[in-house]
Amino acid sequence: MVLIFERSSAGRHNRSQLAHGDGVAAPLPERFLRKAPPALPEVSELQAVRHYTRLSQKNFSVDTHFYPLGSCTMKYNPRICNTLASLPGFAGRHPLAPASHSQGVLACLYELQEYLKEITGMAAVTLAPMAGAQGEFAGVAMIRAYHEERGDFGRREILIPDAAHGTNPASAVMCGYKVTEIPTAADGDLDLDALAAVVGPQTAGIMLTNPSTLGVFERQIVKIAKLIHDAGGLLYYDGANLNALLGKVRPGDMGFDVVHINVHKTFASPHGGGGPGAGPVGVSERLQPFLPVPLASYDGVSYEWENEDQHPQSIGRLSAFGGNIGVLLRTYIYARVLGREGLSRVAEYAALNAGYLATRLREAGFTLAYPERRASHEFILTMKKEAREHGATAMDFAKRLLDYGYHAPTTYFPMLVPECLLIEPTETESKAELDGFVDAMVKIAGEARDRIQYLKGAPYEQPVRRLDDVRAARKLDLAWKPDSEAG
Amino acid sequence: MPYIPHTETEVSEMLAAIGISSIEELFDEIPAALRVGRLDELPAGLNEMEISHLMQGRAALDAADSCFLGAGAYDHHIPAAVWEIVGRGEFYSAYTPYQAEASQGTLQLIYEYQSMMTALTAMDAANASLYDGASALAEAVLMAVRLNRKSASRRVLFPTTVHPRYRQVVQSLVGNQGIKLVDLPYDESGRTDPASLAYGDSDCAALVISQPNFFGALEEVDELTDRAHASGLLVIAVVNPVSLALLKPPGEWGERGADIVCGEGQSLGVPLSSGGPYFGFMACRQAHVRQMPGRIVGRTEDLDGKRGFTLTLQAREQHIRRSKATSNICTNQGLMVTAATISMAILGAEGLAAKATACHANATALKTALTALDGVETVFETPFFHEFVIRLAAPVAEILPALAGQNIIAGLNLGNYYPELNDCLLVCATEKRTADEIDAYARSLKQLL
Repeated sequence: MVLIFERSSAGRHNRSQLAHGDGVAAPLPERFLRKAPPALPEVSELQAVRHYTRLSQKNFSVDTHFYPLGSCTMKYNPRICNTLASLPGFAGRHPLAPASHSQGVLACLYELQEYLKEITGMAAVTLAPMAGAQGEFAGVAMIRAYHEERGDFGRREILIPDAAHGTNPASAVMCGYKVTEIPTAADGDLDLDALAAVVGPQTAGIMLTNPSTLGVFERQIVKIAKLIHDAGGLLYYDGANLNALLGKVRPGDMGFDVVHINVHKTFASPHGGGGPGAGPVGVSERLQPFLPVPLASYDGVSYEWENEDQHPQSIGRLSAFGGNIGVLLRTYIYARVLGREGLSRVAEYAALNAGYLATRLREAGFTLAYPERRASHEFILTMKKEAREHGATAMDFAKRLLDYGYHAPTTYFPMLVPECLLIEPTETESKAELDGFVDAMVKIAGEARDRIQYLKGAPYEQPVRRLDDVRAARKLDLAWKPDSEAG
Repeated sequence: MPYIPHTETEVSEMLAAIGISSIEELFDEIPAALRVGRLDELPAGLNEMEISHLMQGRAALDAADSCFLGAGAYDHHIPAAVWEIVGRGEFYSAYTPYQAEASQGTLQLIYEYQSMMTALTAMDAANASLYDGASALAEAVLMAVRLNRKSASRRVLFPTTVHPRYRQVVQSLVGNQGIKLVDLPYDESGRTDPASLAYGDSDCAALVISQPNFFGALEEVDELTDRAHASGLLVIAVVNPVSLALLKPPGEWGERGADIVCGEGQSLGVPLSSGGPYFGFMACRQAHVRQMPGRIVGRTEDLDGKRGFTLTLQAREQHIRRSKATSNICTNQGLMVTAATISMAILGAEGLAAKATACHANATALKTALTALDGVETVFETPFFHEFVIRLAAPVAEILPALAGQNIIAGLNLGNYYPELNDCLLVCATEKRTADEIDAYARSLKQLL
């Protein structure tokens, strides 16, 4: 589609959008001023509205398509959460507004902290991190602060399974740690012997996702916790897969010392085409002094922000203000609508949908990566056989699914399973939707047998066909410039 | 159960297909000792009408009439069309555009956003956004330290006129990597004196320059940039994007321009909403693009040679490079960027310049009205954009709540951040503040002095 810049004509005005001030200002000195206006498009309001409405129609989304993207928990984002979080009193509140104009939002945030303590089984919760990865950073920074506070400066290493999300090692490095990878055993659990061999006085902690990114529950979690704790290390829980356990198992009960939650996954705040999310963090008592600020507090009469003054050992601030509060309000609203009953059913139906879809796909002839294991809220297919027999890769299946009206599962992650599709249906999808997905997969398997060259050219019915990623990286074109060639 | 579509019949069919008799069996790999019964401490669920009633009541508690507080978050008018479109499910409920063919809407929009940000800043390339302005500055500091191989220094010159909260965030985010922030004090004009750059600064990797600075004042950016470059420092610009419709873009500061540009994007169409979600922007020179963190969209072609867009240079990012990535960041603030892009398209350069000019005019009117009162004086005699500092002859900590009682959010108590300015107030007027509101503020303040 043409760019908004290509719809621009010099001299077009949007008069209804021209502000005029109530004072007359003396002109600023010349040396501070811009010489030529920036090259922004000059389009009418209708042109802009039509352009961006049409662009939106080139997206898949949860509202328009089944989106079984593993590890991403693409569940329905209830509209009421958006409506209420956008009320003028919330949307218009300045982040540094005085206590007199903060009681509404702080009441919600304080209660949300309390709910998340109960849900995770932790002693305290901060809402400050602006995303899961920032939650990881905060958690690992607290682990470091804890060891150093005790005069233990020898712990320079964080242990991370080879199947972990890439953010885990990157977050550990941002906290100044060295990363040691732990291999996974053939049954999908962590290789306990390999872990025991590397744990020691240099171990600051371990970062684990449970269920792991392989879609199975780590059955040795109690042993792992003991091994790490006995060596003086701490356990970090990556909450990316909390949807599988909500109301069933609490990270605190599994022995974790610090937990982050991706509210844009488990608590249905929208993904927004790549963000914003929020990554609240829960901690056990020994890490409580180090929590990032601010924290919402309540003295029985009124609510307030606690800051560095009340928490002198805090690892500090992670954002200019209080984090992604608009996202956290959506989380709070979701938690209140579901309540204790609804929240404890989330994992049940997420697991039911995953178990059913895995069973149907296996019966249709596809290969589960861990057939002997119970699927959690997600599971992995390996297209190794289809690739070997017909040359049909996981990527080919992913691209062709788009033509059948299904967003692709996560492809080629985790990397240790060859030709993998990581599939997470979530609890908000109906049986009919899951059955339709199985039908599409079966049709594509038929195409792999009969029309492999056709399959490899997919997709055919999207706004574009397969894109040249190599060209994108080699002939970098990251911005339209006024002198760019037309077309 | 809210948002779960299954009928009882379907549940039975699905359990039978799996070959189990109850949902409980799906959890049979979890050790029994770890299982919790119920989430007893949580409240019972509410229906949509009940939660609406609760939230409407709470939102009403926080509403204010007029906001003269800025300090990094600004109360601007947002064209009505912006959030109507941003709220479309196709933008709101989409994931990160990893499947490019099914995400051309988001991808083209980000490419247009990157183009607009490079135009505003006069830089070569912009990323798809970071969390907020403060964390974007932390990433810019890390990037500058990576880039400045000549100095190999892990020290960065950090004027005290940069937002004090940004300084705290940068300290939290880069401190664990052994990077040190070196203070540069402000002078009697409320700005960084370029002459203060003279002392042995080649021992640092970069200089941070905020324009306008935290006091609203305009720094001598040309001289600061040239002096920093002469000492082998990189220049990190922290800018307000609305002001750039009027002010010299960082790409044109001094002889060579700034090296990395970042800032808070909220003023481009994102509501105040208690401080987030906002978005941080970042732009740089083409030569440095492989050291820039965060997602980047590039233009390319499909199999038929048709134009398309895709995430590119992903080898910088954590999902590919893991422990060797430029940052642990995964998210961009996609929905906020969607708002900013549509907002900039509707306003155009003319609309954005009119907004910036109106801000400056209103702030000038506010300054005239307030400093005409007995007991109010100007602190820094310096050109400013839409924010400035006044000194009161009465305790700020008592004046602010009194004005809040009249529903006027009157400014920031600077004493909380700068002990030497304990009788001072940072105040702001955007294009939204009317002559009547400015009048009402001045009248109310007069009665309290």
